[in-house]
Amino acid sequence: MHIETSPINDSSLPAWRRLALATVLGWAIWTLMTGSLGWQELLAGLLVAALVSFLAAPQLALLDGLIVRWSLPWHALRYLAVFLAALLRSNLDMARRVLSPALPIRPEIVRVPTRMRSDFGRLLLANSITLTPGTLTVDLEDDMLEVHWIDVGEESDREQRTQAIARYFEDYLLEFVE
Amino acid sequence: MTWIADVLLLIGAAFLFLGALGLWRMPDVYTRLQAGTKAVTLGSVAMLIGVGIERPDWWPKLLLITLFILLTSPLGSSTVARAARVIGQRPWRAGDAKETP
Repeated sequence: MHIETSPINDSSLPAWRRLALATVLGWAIWTLMTGSLGWQELLAGLLVAALVSFLAAPQLALLDGLIVRWSLPWHALRYLAVFLAALLRSNLDMARRVLSPALPIRPEIVRVPTRMRSDFGRLLLANSITLTPGTLTVDLEDDMLEVHWIDVGEESDREQRTQAIARYFEDYLLEFVE
Repeated sequence: MTWIADVLLLIGAAFLFLGALGLWRMPDVYTRLQAGTKAVTLGSVAMLIGVGIERPDWWPKLLLITLFILLTSPLGSSTVARAARVIGQRPWRAGDAKETP
């Protein structure tokens, strides 16, 4: 994927914010890995997560895209639910195409503009598009996604349906990532 | 509870099979990636949930594995697709011959 430092990552977000986010994330992963809530495990995890985050912080620009507020977990979980539902629909659609003797496909690569401004937001959007009905993200250039679409359908309202590919997820993603 | 786990494992296996079938039936690299990525991701997730119900004490690690698959599997596909795009592979059109894998 074409990684470019977007303006948002150069802004003067305080360094401690990135450090705190990375620590919390690393700590959560540690706790899931050990599967134990004993205080020794938790303390060791916190220390290790803080140390690793401190060393890696300059590389973790990806985390700056997150919009940190109390409703973040709620929005992230809601997005996950929407996403899993889309993944399921996507698979049923693909199963229908693969199993149909006529192989009903009409692929084309289309360009889709995105409203996501951060690298992390674009990453999540690109992944979501790949795992949802009939679409696969091929390339990402600034705010334009190239998407392989397995069935472009009829000419008439194609433009509108192309916009809809990204918009559906963006509405949920923009609640917690820029 | 075990039967729910069994059903999920079976669903997972079915989607993994569909993914393989898709690889074989689709005509070019992009369509194969489409069929492969989606089915394999959902198939794996269904299996991991099935295992999680069967062995509830494993769920923290299974959750991590699931999130990791959800984040990396589509990214890998996009990378392969981009490589194909960069070397000038155009999408398959009706009437084109099926590419030999």
